[in-house]
Amino acid sequence: MSPPAPPIRCAGLTKRYADVIAVAGLDLTVNTRECFGLLGPNGAGKTTTIEILEGLTAPDRGEVEILGMRWTRGSSTRALRERLGIQLQDTQLAEKLTVEETVRLFRSFYRAAHSVEEVLGLVGLEEKRTAWVGKLSGGQKQRLAVACALVSRPELLFLDEPTTGLDPQSRRQLWEVIGRFRAAGGTVLLTTHYMEEAERLCDRVAIMDHGKVIALGTPRSLIASLGAEHVVEFALADGAARAPSPAELAGLPGVRAVRPGVDRTALTVAEVHRAVPALLGLLERRGAELSLLATHHATLEDVFVSLTGRHLRDA
Amino acid sequence: MRDHPLVQLTLARMREFYREPEAIFWVFGFPIVLAFALGIAFRNRGPGELRVAVLRGAGDSVLAAALARAPGLTAALLDSSEARLQLRTGRVALLVVPGDPVVYRYDSTRTESRLARLEADAVVQRARGRSDPARVTDQRVTEPGSRYIDFLIPGLLGMNLMGSGLWGVGFSVVQARTKKLLKRFMATPMRRSHYLLSFILSRLVFLFLEVAALVGFGWWMFHVGVRGSFAAVAAITVLGALSFAGLGMLVASRARTVEAVSGLMNLVMLPMWILSGTFFSYARFPDAMQPLVKALPLTALNDALRAVMIDGSRLGELGAPLGIVTAWGLVSFVVALQIFRWR
Repeated sequence: MSPPAPPIRCAGLTKRYADVIAVAGLDLTVNTRECFGLLGPNGAGKTTTIEILEGLTAPDRGEVEILGMRWTRGSSTRALRERLGIQLQDTQLAEKLTVEETVRLFRSFYRAAHSVEEVLGLVGLEEKRTAWVGKLSGGQKQRLAVACALVSRPELLFLDEPTTGLDPQSRRQLWEVIGRFRAAGGTVLLTTHYMEEAERLCDRVAIMDHGKVIALGTPRSLIASLGAEHVVEFALADGAARAPSPAELAGLPGVRAVRPGVDRTALTVAEVHRAVPALLGLLERRGAELSLLATHHATLEDVFVSLTGRHLRDA
Repeated sequence: MRDHPLVQLTLARMREFYREPEAIFWVFGFPIVLAFALGIAFRNRGPGELRVAVLRGAGDSVLAAALARAPGLTAALLDSSEARLQLRTGRVALLVVPGDPVVYRYDSTRTESRLARLEADAVVQRARGRSDPARVTDQRVTEPGSRYIDFLIPGLLGMNLMGSGLWGVGFSVVQARTKKLLKRFMATPMRRSHYLLSFILSRLVFLFLEVAALVGFGWWMFHVGVRGSFAAVAAITVLGALSFAGLGMLVASRARTVEAVSGLMNLVMLPMWILSGTFFSYARFPDAMQPLVKALPLTALNDALRAVMIDGSRLGELGAPLGIVTAWGLVSFVVALQIFRWR
């Protein structure tokens, strides 16, 4: 017996719009029970990719297989849709319907749907059951959108930037919802431009830029590919005049890479306890005064920056 | 049953409508306000009392008294300048100058004035001794259905069916499209036919309220009756509502913004407001335009409604207008399905 088909498999996806290539030859496989993240800046092609996989946009070229099926017209498509849960990035649900009415509407489209009680329990909106959608907070609206995706008891859940624009608490609540879905055996594909979210939720991430996957792996392995686990950032009070050269900085003990930036310089560092005193010593010898010094654990953001030279947010 | 997608979609349509107070006003309140205002403004008063003036001079008071005794006339004695002014401004219909000959001064293009001249002349002639050779008696009748309001109510009904059909369907569809709700539905196993049918079903539910409100108001306020059968009125309004729902679907089939669809709606509706005989008879338009005017769905709908409500026609006699209404609906719906933008 052959192993079951992976929930998502696509090869050679290409999609061109009038003036831009949104997806430029993309191959992906997402495995059963995996949480897979598409990480990248706005305009990287994440939404186009996820909508092609969802069967909402037709690719110019390439193959898509979802749960072993292809997007064709007709009843097989409907059978496939029964097994998916989809949240789109910019859906505005009807404001004058209540939470319960909205969920009831969506569940009527599916044969084996959750009850309204169950799905509101899953997303923690029981108390808002009779509230109009228009009166919900951003986080509650987003949880309702996820509820409408979960109501089908999906095997595969698509989430397109589920937490964009939410406050930290709402974001954590949604992460819990996604965590419970995974604990119950579901597979998730999500897009995000929050590296923290990808690190926290995803088993594997594909970092996208200009319609291509530029790095693929577990968050840990991608960060490890930097060759160091810490990032030291500093800026000088008197600007570039007394700044040490990149070569000098690279020569400091423990420093693996140097990334000069517009307003600050970042060093990828294996051993913070050796690199920082050495850096301070170097600056003092040159008479340069620090205006900023910060260290953090290396993140996927640092991976993106080291690959593209740009930051996720402002890329 | 309750969890059938068609039921849920239709319920959603209806809830979105009745939770929008403005929509309620435009669909139910506005036509009634319009019927009330126009019914009052153009109520049939008949010619009423005609006011005539007698110029001061020899024999004026005898003449004025004789005129005042005639039913339907009032007479006033006026000086020359005042009489001229009142005649010019239409406050008196006729100026009678006593003497020999008696002079009638009036504007012969005014119906009232010509009427006043006939009445006044009969008084003057009889006062001078004329006797009428033929015996006559008057029998007064008021024919129901001949007033302006009787003409207006079916027209407003037709116009309202057009407005709520086009807006109710077109606006919601485009709003769902701009809010990406349509795309979200496409991501579910929902059948497209269920989505479109839900508009039709919710239209039919509100249709009965709309028709009942306007016909009921016309009857209560102005005693506008329905001479034909209520079943015929119901059948025609259902057909009209479906036809305009189809047209609304067509108008909304491609538009991406609410602004775009609003413009299209007005483009479709404005000619029919003017041409289709809602407020005045389309017979006033030149003969060359008549085939065009009669081919419009609202014209056909108004004709059919008036035929039943005013003339008491039966459905069987209305093949032509109902055929036009049906054809518009079917063609619009079929074309809309072909070109509909689902996301």
